Amino acid sequence: MIDENSVKNEDRLVLGGRTFLSRFILGSGKYSLNLIEAAVKNAGAEIITLALRRADEGGKDNILDFIPKGITVLPNTSGARNADEAVRIARLSRALGCGDFIKIEVIRDTKYLLPDNYETIKATEKLASEGFIVMPYMYPDLYAARALVDAGAACVMPLAAPIGSNKGVCARDFIKILIEEIDLPVIVDAGIGRPSQACEVMEMGAAAVMANTAIATAGSIPLMAKAFKQAIEAGRAAYLSGLGRVLDKASASSPLTGFLHN
Amino acid sequence: MTERDIMAYYTDMEELKSDILEQVLSKSNACDFSTYTERHVVKALSADVCATEDFAALLSESAAPYLEEMAKKARSETNKHFGNSRYLFTPLYISNYCENQCVYCGFNRGSNIKRSRLNCEEIEEEMAAIAKSGLKEILILTGESRKYSDVKYVGEACRLAKKYFTVIGLEVYPMNVSDYAYLRECGADFVTVFQETYDAKEYDRLHPGGRKRIFPYRFYAQERAVLGGIRGVGFAALLGLADFRRDAYATGLHAFFLQRKYPHAEISFSCPRLRPAAGGEKIFDKNISEAQLLQIICAYRIFMPFAGITVSSRENSNFRDNVVNIAATKISAGVDVGIGGHSGESKGGEQFEIDDGRAVAQIYGMLKAQDLQPVMSEYIYL
Repeated sequence: MIDENSVKNEDRLVLGGRTFLSRFILGSGKYSLNLIEAAVKNAGAEIITLALRRADEGGKDNILDFIPKGITVLPNTSGARNADEAVRIARLSRALGCGDFIKIEVIRDTKYLLPDNYETIKATEKLASEGFIVMPYMYPDLYAARALVDAGAACVMPLAAPIGSNKGVCARDFIKILIEEIDLPVIVDAGIGRPSQACEVMEMGAAAVMANTAIATAGSIPLMAKAFKQAIEAGRAAYLSGLGRVLDKASASSPLTGFLHN
Repeated sequence: MTERDIMAYYTDMEELKSDILEQVLSKSNACDFSTYTERHVVKALSADVCATEDFAALLSESAAPYLEEMAKKARSETNKHFGNSRYLFTPLYISNYCENQCVYCGFNRGSNIKRSRLNCEEIEEEMAAIAKSGLKEILILTGESRKYSDVKYVGEACRLAKKYFTVIGLEVYPMNVSDYAYLRECGADFVTVFQETYDAKEYDRLHPGGRKRIFPYRFYAQERAVLGGIRGVGFAALLGLADFRRDAYATGLHAFFLQRKYPHAEISFSCPRLRPAAGGEKIFDKNISEAQLLQIICAYRIFMPFAGITVSSRENSNFRDNVVNIAATKISAGVDVGIGGHSGESKGGEQFEIDDGRAVAQIYGMLKAQDLQPVMSEYIYL
């Protein structure tokens, strides 16, 4: 029997040697800056992503001023169209004092905003060698995920569905493969529209969930942040406990193998 | 004197090997909006992906009774892609000399307005005055005169703008790929070119002189800009010049085919209606209602949910305040369409009349009051 308390106490998300209790990474885009603090608090989030292209603006309404103290800022390279631009944004992020974490987003398609795995791998390799803790956003492809591991990524962040689509876990089977095959934390990013979907990927064994649009476009941002927190915790607990035995169909005796016992 | 064929390039105009013009015109000319029924509209509104046929249905008269549903769908798409972020900018007119003869425009070379061109010092004064309002994005405009506002002059304006702003858009005359590459080096981020109308026959009638007469050279401006390394391109028809449904359809198709060919290009739409201008009043009586304009804007949003949509200060504040909550993502503020009016007395005449002259702080407050987040810039210059 698994001891509930020891599991709870020892369960941590580890990224680049840093440990986190929360497995909910919150996005900071697409909503009012004055709601960020309430969202973080209700989400119980310890990591919040930040588009550097927003942070770089400075001046009035600098988004950095709205992020509560003690929260790890995860800058992203959104706006980058190739590895070179992602690398330059990451360096700028470090120079601006945003730390060593970097979420790589390389997108060369303005319609679906799908990540370019090839350029992402190149950027990961470069930035990992410069000491960044690299968290790459990717299309869930096994070969690319392996290459990201080799390139020095701290985790892999496969999309569940096109970003902003709130469509849920369209890439379920491929994410499952990554969870089985990749030893790094698999953090499901993009496309999660409901807390139940976040719960589902956590049950599957995802290490964490990243969500933004689903919360940003909810009627109540703080309440939806809380709902996600609870769903992610529930999914994690279910994963740790080991899901109960589920068979597709009930079967009375053993019609095919019963003869062995006759 | 016989006027030049609108399809005949001048020798110094770069001609691309591209078929986008043919794709757009063959589709838009073949479209019969009267064949779309409410059934097509309902299908378009419930489709997961809005196809070109659905877009046509949404622009048709049959969609008019579904405007509320269109607005709801548009709002939901805006939310998914932009959340509540709305971007602010202001236009800066640096010269109003123009070689063209667009019969509807106040800058028309035959128009008896005061002509002016700001020198570098004056441009910088204007920019400094604008930057004080907190804006980080500027749209630099000129009349279409290569003599008074040559590429180098526009480039200098971009370099000056880089000192005060993080995003620089251009609305100037169409140019060659190498010119756009030069302006990119000078700091330009976006290029918008209004095709005015995609109806070649009307285009011919409305543009009797000047280089603007060359219809395909203007049409391919966005493609040349992308090839020159410009990150984002804007499209527009001046609604009211010709059949506005067909023009709106062609505008959407123009953006659609360009984005297909260059998937990294950032796309945006402007949605200008014809406004009274010096000398232009006598020509037009085809008024587009606000409901029809909203229908077009919603159709753009549903067709290309990821595209930026700018709402013009030609429109009144009530319309702008509402449309920015439905489909528009970018709104101008503190607008002065004369020359030099930001830092002192206006030195030159205006291109058209604006309706919404609210200052940046007022537009900012209006957005906040609607729980929208004003964003001054979301861009890193690399």
